[in-house]
Amino acid sequence: MTSAHKEHIDPHTGTSTTGHEWDGIRELNTPLPKWWLYMFYATIVWALGYFVVYPSWPLISSHTPGLLGWSSRGAVTQELAALQHKRAPMVSALSQASLPEIVKDDKLRGFAVAQGRAAFGDNCAPCHGAGGGGAVGYPNLNDDEWIWGGTLDDIHQTIAFGIRSTHEKTRVGMMPAFGQTGMLKASEINMLADHVRALAGLSTEKSYDRAAGEKLFGEQCAACHGDAAKGNQEIGAPNLTDKIWLFGADRAAIAEGIHRGRGSMMPAWNERLDDTTIKALTVYVHSLGGGK
Amino acid sequence: MSLWNKHQIFEKNSLILVIGVLIVISIGGLVEILPLYYLKSTIEKVEGMRPYSPLELAGRDIYVREGCYNCHSQMIRSLRDEVERYGHYSLAAESMYDKPFQWGSKRNGPDLARVGGKYSDAWHKDHLDNPRAMVPGSIMPAYPWLAKTALDYREIRSSMKVMALQGVPYTPEMIENAEKDLVAQASAESADVEAVLQRYPKAQARKFSGANGPVNEADALIAYLQMLGTLVDFKMYDGKANLR
Amino acid sequence: MVAQTGGVAGPFNPTKSMTAGEMTLVIAGVGMFFLSILVAAKTTSAPYAFHAWLFAAASAASVLAIFNRYLDRPAAAPLAEVDGKPNYNFGPVKFSTIAALVWGVAGFLVGVIIALQLAFPTLNFDLSWISFGRLRPLHTSAVIFAFGGNVLIATSFYVVQRTCRVRLAGDLAPWFVVLGYNFFIVIAGTGYLLGITQGKEYAEPEWYADLFLTVVWVAYFLVFLITVTKRKEPHIYVANWFYIAFIVTIAVLHLGNNAAVPVSLYSPKSYIVWAGVQDAMMQWWYGHNAVGFFLTAGFLAIMYYFVPKRAERPLYSYRLSIIHFWALIFLYMWAGPHHLHYTALPDWAQTLGMTFSIMLWMPSWGGMINGLMTLSGAWDKLRTDPVLRMLVVSVAFYGMSTFEGPLMSIKVVNSLSHYTDWTVGHVHSGALGWVGYVSFGAIYCLVPWLWNKPQLYSLRLVNWHFWISTIGIVLYITSMWVAGILQGLMWRSYTALGFLESSFIETVEAMHPFYVIRALGGALFLIGALIMCWNIYRTIVTPVAVERRASEGALAPAE
Ligand code: HEC
Ligand code: HEC
Ligand code: HEC
Ligand code: HEM
Ligand code: HEM
Ligand SMILES: [Ca+2]
Ligand SMILES: [Ca+2]
Ligand SMILES: [Cu+2]
Repeated sequence: MTSAHKEHIDPHTGTSTTGHEWDGIRELNTPLPKWWLYMFYATIVWALGYFVVYPSWPLISSHTPGLLGWSSRGAVTQELAALQHKRAPMVSALSQASLPEIVKDDKLRGFAVAQGRAAFGDNCAPCHGAGGGGAVGYPNLNDDEWIWGGTLDDIHQTIAFGIRSTHEKTRVGMMPAFGQTGMLKASEINMLADHVRALAGLSTEKSYDRAAGEKLFGEQCAACHGDAAKGNQEIGAPNLTDKIWLFGADRAAIAEGIHRGRGSMMPAWNERLDDTTIKALTVYVHSLGGGK
Repeated sequence: MSLWNKHQIFEKNSLILVIGVLIVISIGGLVEILPLYYLKSTIEKVEGMRPYSPLELAGRDIYVREGCYNCHSQMIRSLRDEVERYGHYSLAAESMYDKPFQWGSKRNGPDLARVGGKYSDAWHKDHLDNPRAMVPGSIMPAYPWLAKTALDYREIRSSMKVMALQGVPYTPEMIENAEKDLVAQASAESADVEAVLQRYPKAQARKFSGANGPVNEADALIAYLQMLGTLVDFKMYDGKANLR
Repeated sequence: MVAQTGGVAGPFNPTKSMTAGEMTLVIAGVGMFFLSILVAAKTTSAPYAFHAWLFAAASAASVLAIFNRYLDRPAAAPLAEVDGKPNYNFGPVKFSTIAALVWGVAGFLVGVIIALQLAFPTLNFDLSWISFGRLRPLHTSAVIFAFGGNVLIATSFYVVQRTCRVRLAGDLAPWFVVLGYNFFIVIAGTGYLLGITQGKEYAEPEWYADLFLTVVWVAYFLVFLITVTKRKEPHIYVANWFYIAFIVTIAVLHLGNNAAVPVSLYSPKSYIVWAGVQDAMMQWWYGHNAVGFFLTAGFLAIMYYFVPKRAERPLYSYRLSIIHFWALIFLYMWAGPHHLHYTALPDWAQTLGMTFSIMLWMPSWGGMINGLMTLSGAWDKLRTDPVLRMLVVSVAFYGMSTFEGPLMSIKVVNSLSHYTDWTVGHVHSGALGWVGYVSFGAIYCLVPWLWNKPQLYSLRLVNWHFWISTIGIVLYITSMWVAGILQGLMWRSYTALGFLESSFIETVEAMHPFYVIRALGGALFLIGALIMCWNIYRTIVTPVAVERRASEGALAPAE
């Protein structure tokens, strides 16, 4: 700075300082580095160009739209359309073919499984586990046993409308809360828990009386689960002889189920996912194993 | 050289420096924030947005309290993969009553903008109790205390009043009935459910946590999660009209 | 708030009387005490009652302390000059320096804990108050506001006195700033653990803490500004431009972003007046500029004093200081929308955010150039002086993160990086490399000056600190870059048939090894900081005369 009384030159760089000193600190009067300045200008020019091309400055009742007419929402709509276009041949084939036709056609089935797997990971796996292995309260989808039926149509129906969901076409079927409603005493419930364990070939408590169990089961349960306790897929009453237990095999868990009739729910997917995706999911689930 | 000398005015006068700074820093904010209030295109015209019901609002407060926004976004960006994974990109209208907004800035967990209806209440309850029981690879903390803690809703009415003061369309009737609506929405078979639905269309009323006893924090939180993204009917929405 | 010299003449004691500042603080303290008791009695929220009691205790303690000090102190106010030299006020600086160390260790420790929680979620222990969602804001606030804030207050109070050659304005006011600020930190931090939060990133404290901070901050501003105004130097040094910009702008941002209406005086809860998209814009106008003015302008001020001082070289370019100062503070304020790319914020605003971030690149590098080039003629000192090396490396990290930032502001890049650990990597290259190192460097310089020691206890330990934490930083940021880019790519990857390749949970599982590496890096950084604390402690307690041999000797205090 020229106002400084005495010109002070830094011996190392040979540059003059501004003449001030703060607590021993001086400043050099080095000019702006050229490359720095030009880079700065370049970014400004680039920004100006960008303003012209893209929506940028707010005005009184709108904003400058940009020469390209670009918008992020317009762009994603186009990208989605392009993706749909890419998938279109397969998708239209899927949507026109019936489920059995898809399963029979290797190419279509491959495509459906690929799409189904993608949708399964984010939508179904949180309940049914990665690969459909199931979890406590959420059925395994890759075994041979089905609560609501394992045909393509059954599975499709389950996925599209859910189980005890809010959809009007949902699958329903409630097991009464035998304990909560007072229909059965705790001792009776425990006996029945033993009984169904016996049906599945599992161990029972010493106190268990087979004849009494059979009698009570016939009176209270057979209506839904069937005389042979093989279940009824119409109303989602599970087979009780197959050693597969939704909430676990121990006596307490079973007794708890009889006590309050769990009735878990699965959401309907027909509003969240499109028809083709649901078809693809059906084929995928069916392919996991045990599809009938 | 002389131009550089002009800068002395800031170096010799602290007040001028302060005023200079104030002016220079004000411009950017003003140009970017004010138009969001007067440009009509900022918030899309949509059907179905309504303020949170008292139970949902209480749930939202718990969401904020537990800091879920540290891991979950509620903002589906207008990008292809996000729309395919999570659903329609989020609209500004969908968070118009959000105080504060919860768009988030980090996804340690998935986006929640449209999680409403995706799972069952029981799943949410179990997931909150122990995420890894539902999703083995999850890194989400467990929140077992929520279902065990009775919801403290003594301030719900004042909360709604404050929001009404700030322009959220809570009617005096809604505020009047806040506690009643809250309790009704959290119980499966209350006679007052009809009134709740009338005041808050598309609200869902049931015992969300499945636990017995008074309304608990999980009831409220799950009620909130189950309504996320369910208000705007995208079948009726005209996307073309809202390219901004 | 500012206690000027002179005082109110008391009727009984004509020679010694309370200053206006003492009176004001006593009255405010008494008022606050009763208000707090009232709130504690009437609130239905236990955590809020706890805070009210803390406020009551703090007010009572301040009033007592002021009276005690009044009784002990001489009648006259401390001299502005002794023997023609400024009688600097370093008490508050010392306090803040130590507070910075303590909070730093706490904040890094919580960082390591949350890093481990992401790798091993059982470490949440199913306890509300240490669950990730509550600890994460504790970490960010502890490192930015508690550690960074105390470094800023300490250095600013030191630098402003030295570069203005004048005693700090006010008598009690600087203490009010320092103690009040740290009390605010306690309220904010305990609040997070107890579930009191406004849910706005980096602005989580609730309305009453925000209000209290406003008062403290105004006092800070006045102390600083009045000191500058009283200066004995004709010109204001560039470090002080940056400190002023930092203090003023943070005040504006704080008031704008935290505008809220409490549910009632007796409730800790409030609702922000902004909503939805406008709130988002307001938040990132604040959030980005908290970075720009707290973590950048403030720490640049530190650099502008400590680098030339330690290198014993003149500052590289006065002209660069001017251009980069004004360009930086002007352009920063526009860049907020780069946190909201592809969101429901209108495109026009996103464009502004992106373009201004790009234009911000060179003004940011102006600071880096000024810092690095100041070393010309002193580069050899890097070999011998690990403190200077820390300062220089911090400037290099500053350059790196202000290159990475504009890069991430570009929409296509951000579409990949946003929401991922890439952002976290960027944050920590700035936070550990820049903010951390420049603070450590400044503290290493400051402590011997403040406690009148000829040098640090051990430069070798500084060297250890430097290398251990450098390895830590490298592990941290490289693992997060890989994690973030991997995560971003997995989210958007498609199979050959045109379907999403990975489910979300698969992307979570893929992060595990990187989270472990990051935690390791963080632990090293923490160890470095602990080494520093030991070094500082020994520096302070080692008696001056025998400091060489005393490394094994007794811990007699120096003063
Ligand atoms: C909220 C958890 C949940 C989600 C998400 C979910 N389900 Fe289910 N699902 C269930 C429950 C619970 C049942 C069993 C209900 C019962 O019968 O008790 C079930 C049953 C089924 C069944 C019938 C099994 C049988 O044995 O009959 C099929 C098939 C099925 N789910 C497929 C899917 C698919 C495909 C998806 C994803 C699009 C999906 N589920 C998502 C909870 C869920
Ligand atoms: C009205 C029909 C109905 C009656 C009557 C009924 N159940 Fe069920 N039961 C069901 C249905 C539907 C389910 C499956 C869904 C659920 O509730 O979880 C089920 C499930 C079960 C399960 C769990 C199966 C598993 O895989 O874990 C057991 C055990 C069971 N019932 C036992 C009984 C016993 C014992 C009785 C008689 C006391 C009985 N049920 C009466 C409909 C019935
Ligand atoms: C440490 C980060 C973290 C925190 C904090 C966290 N979550 Fe999660 N969240 C996750 C992860 C990871 C997943 C994905 C795996 C899973 O489903 O558990 C997830 C999944 C979810 C899901 C299922 C979303 C979907 O579409 O599959 C919901 C709902 C959810 N979290 C709600 C919450 C709520 C409510 C809170 C706060 C009370 C919360 N989360 C806190 C990490 C977190
Ligand atoms: C021991 C050192 C540290 C460790 C182990 C650490 C760890 C972490 C972790 C695990 C997160 C959460 C990331 C996520 O949610 O995915 C985080 C966030 C953050 N940390 Fe640190 N940290 C450390 C030091 C610091 C320092 C010194 C600062 C600042 C000066 C800092 C500032 C931040 C910020 C601002 C965030 C939020 C980032 C965002 O929201 O994108 N950290 N840190
Ligand atoms: C020119 C300078 C800089 C620019 C343009 C810039 C830009 C960015 C961008 C684009 C993001 C990511 C936003 C997102 O996708 O969510 C970001 C995040 C962040 N940056 Fe920078 N950055 C700069 C310098 C710095 C510096 C020096 C620091 C110092 C510590 C820093 C700290 C942060 C933090 C804390 C976040 C995380 C915010 C959050 O919580 O999401 N930045 N920055
Ligand atoms: Ca963040
Ligand atoms: Ca706040
Ligand atoms: Cu930013």
